[in-house]
Amino acid sequence: MKADQFALRDPLRGQALARALQRLAPERPVRIVHVCGTHEITISEHGLRHVLPEGVSVLEGPGCPVCVTSTVDLDRAVRLAEQGVAVCTFGDMMRVPGSRKTLDEARALGAPVHTVLSAADAVGLARKNPAQDVVFFAVGFETTAPGTAAVLLDDPPGNFSVLCSHKLIPPAVQKLVNMPGTGLDGLLAPGHVSTVIGAGAYAGLAGEHCIPVVVGGFEPLDVLYALLLLLRQVADGRAQVENAYPRAVSWEGNRQAQNLLATAFRVSDAKWRGIGEIPCSGLAVRAELSRFDAALKYDVPAVEGQEVVPGCRCADVLVARAVPSDCPLFGGECTPLTPVGPCMVGAEGACAVWHRHGERPAL
Amino acid sequence: MRGVASSRGEAGAMKERRERIGAMHGAGGEVMGRLLSEHILPKFALRSAGPVGLDALDDGASLSLPDGEVVVTTDAHVVHPLFFPGGDIGRLAACGTVNDLAAMGARPVACTLAMVVEEGFPLDELDTILSSCAQILWETETALVAGDTKVMGRGELDGVVLTMTGIGVAQRVIRDSELQAGDVLLVTGPVGDHGMALIAAREEFHLESDLLSDVAPLWPLIGELLAEVRITAMKDPTRGGLAAAVNEMARKGEIGVELDEKSIPVRAQVRAVANLLGLDPLQAACEGRAVLGVSPADAQRALEILHRTELGKDAAIIGWVGEHRPGKVVLNTSVGGRRLLEMPLGDPLPRIC
Repeated sequence: MKADQFALRDPLRGQALARALQRLAPERPVRIVHVCGTHEITISEHGLRHVLPEGVSVLEGPGCPVCVTSTVDLDRAVRLAEQGVAVCTFGDMMRVPGSRKTLDEARALGAPVHTVLSAADAVGLARKNPAQDVVFFAVGFETTAPGTAAVLLDDPPGNFSVLCSHKLIPPAVQKLVNMPGTGLDGLLAPGHVSTVIGAGAYAGLAGEHCIPVVVGGFEPLDVLYALLLLLRQVADGRAQVENAYPRAVSWEGNRQAQNLLATAFRVSDAKWRGIGEIPCSGLAVRAELSRFDAALKYDVPAVEGQEVVPGCRCADVLVARAVPSDCPLFGGECTPLTPVGPCMVGAEGACAVWHRHGERPAL
Repeated sequence: MRGVASSRGEAGAMKERRERIGAMHGAGGEVMGRLLSEHILPKFALRSAGPVGLDALDDGASLSLPDGEVVVTTDAHVVHPLFFPGGDIGRLAACGTVNDLAAMGARPVACTLAMVVEEGFPLDELDTILSSCAQILWETETALVAGDTKVMGRGELDGVVLTMTGIGVAQRVIRDSELQAGDVLLVTGPVGDHGMALIAAREEFHLESDLLSDVAPLWPLIGELLAEVRITAMKDPTRGGLAAAVNEMARKGEIGVELDEKSIPVRAQVRAVANLLGLDPLQAACEGRAVLGVSPADAQRALEILHRTELGKDAAIIGWVGEHRPGKVVLNTSVGGRRLLEMPLGDPLPRIC
């Protein structure tokens, strides 16, 4: 019986890539950052860090949308629910600790909180219950934002609005480059986000900041191949954008999705949990659609809350300064059953992924 | 009488209504007596393992056991759905009991069966379940020596719950805690079939497949192995699958295990369903497999013995035991990576056995 019949998990091709990677062992430490929870899942589940040559580390940056959602936004969603507004959001968001409580805890106390699979499901709930105010708590990057834009532009009912916490990946990567202690030698660019924004969106990063960028897919061989291209660029001293996921990603991206985003949203400054304010890194509902903007429709003040629990190193994990097992709480006080920080809650959070898939730097 | 809801004589073109279990079937009187004598006792060919057996309908049974260590196990079976691709709750209960004994190195000798049935449960379905159970006990030469039948009201339980206690005799009891450094780890067949077959069978997942549960008795397979090979440690990977079983063996033995992912037999369909739902096939339950440790000198012989049987024809050497990282299981992945294979937090699917 063949252990795995998927070509993109083929052991022989994997070994060939591993040998090619080993030949690119760098003379100095090389730090590659990715910003995608699904990449982290592939890397951990297949133990890919152990295939890389000595001196090469791959770290997850701010790649989990749930983890980087600021407590200001999360607390607002909780308050709205406590005021009787039906708050709909993705299942991942439910157990993320805010500064007072989680949405799940609010629901347990009787607040109307609903798990949905899409913004359209929230609109469906609003149409079915015309007397009930419904808010879609919109989190996610360029991948999920077009779904929110589509419902905003499709004449939603008056009892529906959006609490918009959508964020943009390129400004966050830019911020990472400029932060002390992150020492970025290359970016493994996220496949999902790039299907929307296109590989060309990273041209500035490569051109102006001299950071090699390779867009990668999500099967283990996709990731190994993308890392191979990155290490080649590092070895050659090149910095350009390469696309190792051409079966899904184009240079221009998805124009239709981009148009939806531009029509429904304007770019705004946004607060990222553990990172702080990043200029032009968020999406806000456009003025023409302000009647669907929950931040304006309801009087729920933005209150600064505690972003990270003392002792928890989520803030360092989110900016690729630490790996989950560097945190003293990891696996002890903080587990998927008893999460302390946001990175242990979201299914794509680095700590949750490491815990689930047994990823460790040394084995 | 409330006992048997029969439609005999009822007018109309309606099909003959099915006979169903009523409260009286569990009430210890004449109605229950008929259920026993007509539907239960005749199905089980072996009904004693000593002077007092099932036919005596006494308060208990007595056993005359051969020499060796007596092993006892007990399990309640609550699987949903009751009839699943590859088996039903009756086959599952019998195999579960026999396999727990076999995994201790014990030949099954006798068992008891307590069944709780929901009022209104179709009698023909109960017949099928009991026949499946009896078939496995016959194949493994296990006597049903005592039993109990109770009926609960409609909605108080989901169909049928079967609880079986098994009694076996081992010449040398095999523990799951005795892996030795240097041992080679084998699995007797592809893993994850039962868990994934059940998922595919549940309506809420909207999947279609011809995947079958692997539910099967591990005896006499284990008996054949024991005749020629010394098994150091053994476990049947049910809830939590191979991941839970091997982790438990590593923890209890305070020893490290290394697994080779590409050697672990997993059916393509099992892998496909698991990938689709974001589950790990190594965490999916098996109901007819054993994972066992043998010395390197015995490994090839063990594999040959397994390969000449139908149940063990896909058996494989999947790993080895060392002193590195005691209590942990390291998985060498197919594409050449390494990671820990963690103890699952719980089985991803409730009510699988």
